[in-house]
Amino acid sequence: MEECISIGINSVFLVALVAFFIGAVTTIQTAYNLVSPLIPNYVIALVVRDMTILELAPTIIGVIFAGKVGSSMASGLGTMRISEQIDALEVMGINSSSYLVLPKIVAAVLMYPMLVIIAGLLAMVGGYLAGVLTNVITPTEYIQGIRFDFNEYTVTFALIKSFAFAFLVSSISSFKGYFTTGGAVEVGQASTAAVTQSVIAILLADYLLAQLLL
Amino acid sequence: MIKIENIKKSFGDKEILKGISGVFERGKPNLIIGSSGTGKSVLLKCIVGLIAPDEGHIHYDEHELTNANRDTKTEIRRQIGMLFQGGALFDSKTVEQNVMFPLDVLTKMPKGEKLDRVNSALERVGLAGQNQKMPSEISGGMQKRVGIARAIVNDSNYLFCDEPNSGLDPQTSILIDDLILELTEESNITTVVVTHDMNSVMGIGEKIMFLYKGKKLWEGNKNNIMDSNVKEFDDFVFANKVMRKLKKG
Repeated sequence: MEECISIGINSVFLVALVAFFIGAVTTIQTAYNLVSPLIPNYVIALVVRDMTILELAPTIIGVIFAGKVGSSMASGLGTMRISEQIDALEVMGINSSSYLVLPKIVAAVLMYPMLVIIAGLLAMVGGYLAGVLTNVITPTEYIQGIRFDFNEYTVTFALIKSFAFAFLVSSISSFKGYFTTGGAVEVGQASTAAVTQSVIAILLADYLLAQLLL
Repeated sequence: MIKIENIKKSFGDKEILKGISGVFERGKPNLIIGSSGTGKSVLLKCIVGLIAPDEGHIHYDEHELTNANRDTKTEIRRQIGMLFQGGALFDSKTVEQNVMFPLDVLTKMPKGEKLDRVNSALERVGLAGQNQKMPSEISGGMQKRVGIARAIVNDSNYLFCDEPNSGLDPQTSILIDDLILELTEESNITTVVVTHDMNSVMGIGEKIMFLYKGKKLWEGNKNNIMDSNVKEFDDFVFANKVMRKLKKG
């Protein structure tokens, strides 16, 4: 539960902020590029919806998640390693990896899909407000675009991606932190490596899942 | 009692422990001493099972640790309390939660009984009433005492202390040494202390093992330190002028 709060609830603000602006910017930029009078305005919302669900919510938020949660996991475990707290657990006869790492992975896999759902919704809200307030699209057109030709499978695909990304970020970051050796400098290096490798893993997995599932 | 036989350990090409044997007796503090880099901490980690030795055997009374199955290892480890060099307290937990931790994860005691044992352990180390403080709010000496309380709260049969006096002033060091001695004698437990603090050696050195470059070069107690004729041991023990004068005088 503590891990769910630390990983999920404590990330809501950042995820919401990023998602809201991603949606807003996507709307404005799509409107800027769709200049043909032959293309109806509701297409802007349709593009925002599909981009958000398929890519922006799971993947861009995944990168944010790796930066916030992944670095925190790696530095937390790394500090526990160098300050002998992990040794203390082992000496007590506790399986330290099960005790420390498993809850983090389970919490990430449970909470990240929820963050992606929140991000998707808020991105569309952000797009709506930006579009309507700047008069690039009317509320009716935006709602029409969001609902037009909706394929539910895109949501399933986004959730499959979010489970995979959560597992990758939490396991890579835990691994880097758990096996830290040395001192404070190495903890920093482990944290940086955790974020870098998590982001690379997310991008590779994103491509592979798109190839396999779309 | 803990018995070690021919413990060898290398990291890569570097041989750290070169076949160390000995017995750590119950009811008295057993000190492992030596200068930095001689393998004291590696030996201690081998004994508690944090590092697997390349060769040799470690016996905890009737149990053999090195070839034990997982259940036996867990059973042995649950009888071990260890004080780490930096205290190794869990930063996110209060003093009370730190001391209660072994009881939380290793026993099914009711909360009230756990709290009684925690309070008793904290009182034993002179920290009664400090339950709700965080490790960052207490001094280094107090952190060491909380570490000792955590090590003894589960009625451990074996107590290991890795440099219990490092970073402490002489008075607090003596306090920690006295506490270790009292706990060892009163509870009749097997205590192994790794140190290079000569005050500890002279204060609680009921049984002393001297390591030099991964080998055991001398064994004895604080009363026969003066009679040693091992050069490396004398160089370590009588490193300062006062001790040298004492030896000559």
